[in-house]
Amino acid sequence: MTIALSGTELGKRLAEKFPGSIVESIPDCLLVNPSLLPEVAGFLKDIPDLDFNYLNYITSVDYYEYFEVIYRLTSTKYNHSIVLKARCYDRENPVLPSVTELWQGANFQEREIYDLMGIRFEGHPNLKRLLLWDGFAGHPLRKDYL
Amino acid sequence: MEVVPDYIYPDREIDRAEGQVINDLKANSQPVIPDSDAWLDAELKQNILLTSVDTMIDWAQRSSLWTAICFPACCAFEFIAANGPRFDLSRFGMEILRASPRQADLMITAGTLTWKMAPNVKRIYEQMAEPKWVIAMGACAISGGIFASGYNVVPGYNHIIPVDVYVPGCPPRPEGLIYGIQMLQKKIAKKSLFHKEKA
Amino acid sequence: MAIKTEPFVLNIGPVHPSTHGVFRMRATLDGEVVLDIEPVIGYLHRGIEKLAEQRTFTGFIPLTDRLDYISSMSNNMAYCMAVEKLAGVKVPERAQYLRVIIAEMQRIANHLIANGSFLNDCGAYFTPFLYMFREREKVVDLFEMLSGQRLTYNFMRIGGLSQDIPDEFLPALRRFLDKMPAFIDEYDRLLKENEVLLARTRGVGIITAEKALNCSISGPVLRSTGYSWDLRKADPYLLYDRFNFDVPVGMQGDCYDRFRVRMEEMRQSVRIIEQALKDLPLKGAVRADVPQRLHPPKGEAYAHIESPKGELGFHVVSDNSIAPYRVHIRPTSLLNLTALREMVRGWKVADLIVIFGSIDICLGEVDR
Ligand code: SF4
Repeated sequence: MTIALSGTELGKRLAEKFPGSIVESIPDCLLVNPSLLPEVAGFLKDIPDLDFNYLNYITSVDYYEYFEVIYRLTSTKYNHSIVLKARCYDRENPVLPSVTELWQGANFQEREIYDLMGIRFEGHPNLKRLLLWDGFAGHPLRKDYL
Repeated sequence: MEVVPDYIYPDREIDRAEGQVINDLKANSQPVIPDSDAWLDAELKQNILLTSVDTMIDWAQRSSLWTAICFPACCAFEFIAANGPRFDLSRFGMEILRASPRQADLMITAGTLTWKMAPNVKRIYEQMAEPKWVIAMGACAISGGIFASGYNVVPGYNHIIPVDVYVPGCPPRPEGLIYGIQMLQKKIAKKSLFHKEKA
Repeated sequence: MAIKTEPFVLNIGPVHPSTHGVFRMRATLDGEVVLDIEPVIGYLHRGIEKLAEQRTFTGFIPLTDRLDYISSMSNNMAYCMAVEKLAGVKVPERAQYLRVIIAEMQRIANHLIANGSFLNDCGAYFTPFLYMFREREKVVDLFEMLSGQRLTYNFMRIGGLSQDIPDEFLPALRRFLDKMPAFIDEYDRLLKENEVLLARTRGVGIITAEKALNCSISGPVLRSTGYSWDLRKADPYLLYDRFNFDVPVGMQGDCYDRFRVRMEEMRQSVRIIEQALKDLPLKGAVRADVPQRLHPPKGEAYAHIESPKGELGFHVVSDNSIAPYRVHIRPTSLLNLTALREMVRGWKVADLIVIFGSIDICLGEVDR
């Protein structure tokens, strides 16, 4: 069984290491401060007793007031997983740091989110539309796209 | 072998130009392109006379239809199954699949057509040699089917190219497709050189 | 004297016989050597995730069929499991056994097509493909018995199956199982030590386990590197912890290993079905009591299965209405393509086609 790590415990540890990085930690997930996301993710990936070497998926949800981007990480060594979330409150020009440097699996998924949800990922090597074409008007997965 | 140190990112200009083509086609596509051979269905009123030359040409054209490859989605698997060992399309002299549209005269459009794909399909159709026919296979090809309300789906191939025979189903069974091909063969058999020039 | 050459760009696809649909690559070549490729996808982007928001939870099931249309049953199952997790529905035991049987049959059908079209790409024009299609038709027949459809089954429901299996199903499945190992042996005899196949695929398109994990690769492509990661063992869902089976792994992660891993997985699938058939309860409900208009509580859930191509997951968000607020599909095929660039660099164009074929993607799932 893949063990879902408790967000509260991990949150405490991360808050000590990177003050201000954790906005909220509930058992299911960790809500991360977007500006410190690469540091937190890098820590989770590199520290030997966590070793989150596998990024299951990234997705995004539009909640009208904010966009939520969800990262699910798994360690194939210890067989445990954790969910990270980051929120962007800016509807006009939402920006998040990219995690492509850490996990290459993020490459296509960040492009897809940029395409369909309109969130830009800073530091992505080739951020352009993935599924739709250049010049398509709007971002279809937003709730206000009809 | 020399391995390049860095990725090569092609020019963004290409993407922009391709996007422009899609947008233009989307803006300019007609509601529905009528089938130019539709008059064949009203055969009795038109009183067709087939000469023996017509019969000969029609026989030659309908007996060896070569199919161009245009298999975007799920229906393609039923087409392959029809080609496969059980349903064996070669009984009708049809098993040949041409990768190059210039060698084909029949297009079986098996699958959903998206706007991004539409310019390519149009191009394939234009490259095919005359005379050419199109069979729209599956609900998606006829009207967009289950995806008709999607933001990227063309509601039917007949917005892009003229279609001769429609085979409904999601996906149509191989028997259905074979029946559709036979319908097309019947349609070709009714064609007359004389009428074609007049039409 | 070395000839001075210059790189040029070759466009492959989207309509090309070896792209398994409408995949397109922009390949930068130097002579015949591939310097880099850029995958261009989206030619089958039908907006399934957006359409989900306009349907009820049950009404979305038919759309999942059309994702990875080679293994529709697995998609159905993964989506239903995600909604079951969200709504807290418990699936009856008989339905769980039947789901295991169906999922493994689907794996056999998928791997037949994957290997058949892979050999097609290697240049064995259509002969092995027709052999493998012959066996796939048998699985399709069994599924048709269950659901009445040949490709898009729409057979799973939230809380179980749409209906009980017909009486003829089990004897027919028995006959299929008795024959299948002999067929796999036949393929092995024809292909396992085939000189031409070995020459084309041994050592071609190698990927290491670290790279594969870093690129979120799963399924047979990951296991071909020798890394044993199978969700049926690592995170057992349904009843997989009750069955005995091995996880076949490759040696070095080349195209031949991927081919072998799929062949061995078919054997293991037969083994799982045999065990499941033995324990299958003969009577009992196949569907929990779930209202047609399901309102799962507010929240989100993710369920993943080891689909034939790898980890297939559905992330479903509910706002307590009858339609999902958001459905995200974790696309196995798309993520398995992430490393294609690294795998093909430095190989010839002919190898590019072979490597691409060995990944086994389905464009319906890549583009969604
Ligand atoms: S008609 Fe059905 S089976 Fe055919 S392409 Fe459309 S959705 Fe797929």
